[in-house]
Amino acid sequence: MKSITKQKSIEDIQEGLKGLDRIFVVGCGTCTTMTKTGGIEQVEEMKERLQEMGKRITGSTVIPTACDDMTEVAMKENEQFIRSADAILSMSCALGVHRMNLYINKPVIPALDTLFIAVEETPGYFREACAQCGQCLLGQTAGICPLTACHKGLVNGPCGGTNNGKCEVDKEKDCAWTLIYNRLKEQGRLDLMRQYQPPRNHNIVPRPRVVKIT
Amino acid sequence: MVSRFKEALESGKFVITSEVAPPKGTNLEKFLNHIDLLKEKVDAINITDHQSSVMRFPSLGGALAVVEKGGEAIMQMTCRDRNRMALEADILFAYTRGIRNVLCLTGDAVPVGDHKEAMGVFDLDSLQLLKTIHQMMDGQDLGGNSLDGAVEFCAGAIVTPEAQPIEPQLIKFEKKVEAGAEFFQTQAIYDLDNFTNFMDYARKFKTKILAGIVLLSSARMARYMTENVPGIFVPQDLIDELTGVPREEMLAKGIEIAGRTIAALKKDAICDGVHIMAIGREEAVPDILAAAGL
Repeated sequence: MKSITKQKSIEDIQEGLKGLDRIFVVGCGTCTTMTKTGGIEQVEEMKERLQEMGKRITGSTVIPTACDDMTEVAMKENEQFIRSADAILSMSCALGVHRMNLYINKPVIPALDTLFIAVEETPGYFREACAQCGQCLLGQTAGICPLTACHKGLVNGPCGGTNNGKCEVDKEKDCAWTLIYNRLKEQGRLDLMRQYQPPRNHNIVPRPRVVKIT
Repeated sequence: MVSRFKEALESGKFVITSEVAPPKGTNLEKFLNHIDLLKEKVDAINITDHQSSVMRFPSLGGALAVVEKGGEAIMQMTCRDRNRMALEADILFAYTRGIRNVLCLTGDAVPVGDHKEAMGVFDLDSLQLLKTIHQMMDGQDLGGNSLDGAVEFCAGAIVTPEAQPIEPQLIKFEKKVEAGAEFFQTQAIYDLDNFTNFMDYARKFKTKILAGIVLLSSARMARYMTENVPGIFVPQDLIDELTGVPREEMLAKGIEIAGRTIAALKKDAICDGVHIMAIGREEAVPDILAAAGL
């Protein structure tokens, strides 16, 4: 599982750091390193851009996994540099931003937008595979999720916009329901596609979503 | 008050419907003129629902205008813009104001339209919307609560006989029939042999099929549709026929082709009727009907 991110425009980053002159930059050694949006190289590039903007860099670090509890240790190790900064610029995904906010009371400004959670199907090819809907249908759809693979998230078969196995939104994208149909047919399980799927429950775990494991 | 459209479907006559798109804005003059032009000539007028994901005057308001003018309306309802509560509420309102027919559609994707950053809702799909209407006809909403006053609609859906691959579409077609679709309006059809094959299959089901007739107003439009619009195939001989006439005569040729297609469908009783989509040239519909000998 990988959190897929995209760097915000430099103008947006500049706007986010308005009035904040001393910056501590944090990258992440896991997802944003893999997607080349917040690894060592990108953190170094960002520091240069910030200096061009006239910012002062108090320090930087790349936390091994910014969303886990080791973030606290990394933050504490760098506490003196963080304390002397006006803000932390985060080059992790939003999960890392949340983590960093838990420890040292400094504004954490995201440099990245978090897009989706993906699996790496082939090297460098990341595909959204799960929308965390709380009602897994993969057993009925031959392992292809219609909520993430179909633009409209349809659960009862294709819409009329499908064309030669492609989606109306983008001719390069596969129609999820053609993929599901082909695989169910191969498995001799097309009867599953004939079943009526009722409307989804959008409040299985109402937001804010929290779970406590004891 | 019952659905006159449903009576027409059940009468066994060759049913004619056409569609009118509401305007983008509050100037309803042309839209109302189109309703006046068509209301006596067709069995029902479809009002499109933000067709191609382009925001317009609503289908509910448009269908109401048809009813106010004494016409028979088919209100198109897509699942793109409203969640289940909003859809149910509009169904209640439509019924109280004399609308008796609904066409249930998934709806085009948001990015193909003119509000590209809008949220595509799709809380229900076309099949679930059909079921919802039937549940409301039985006096119950989707929350399982009793309605104080039920609704009564003739509910239909769409099917794309030219889709490739066809079987996934047919599976969904059968699910829609099971969900109570009393009629289907098809995507545009031009290849009568393929459509006849589809009808040989569709005749096995207890529902009515109205063939989609989209007016070809030029050779360029025909080529564009066959190359770009999902589920539409315009045979080369029709494109050649349009190319073979001067530009100013192309529309007349398109009207002739549409009329000829309708006449052939009616003559051999291939399907139960037609749904004419003139796409911005609604004033041509009477000419198409005349060309069809209707």
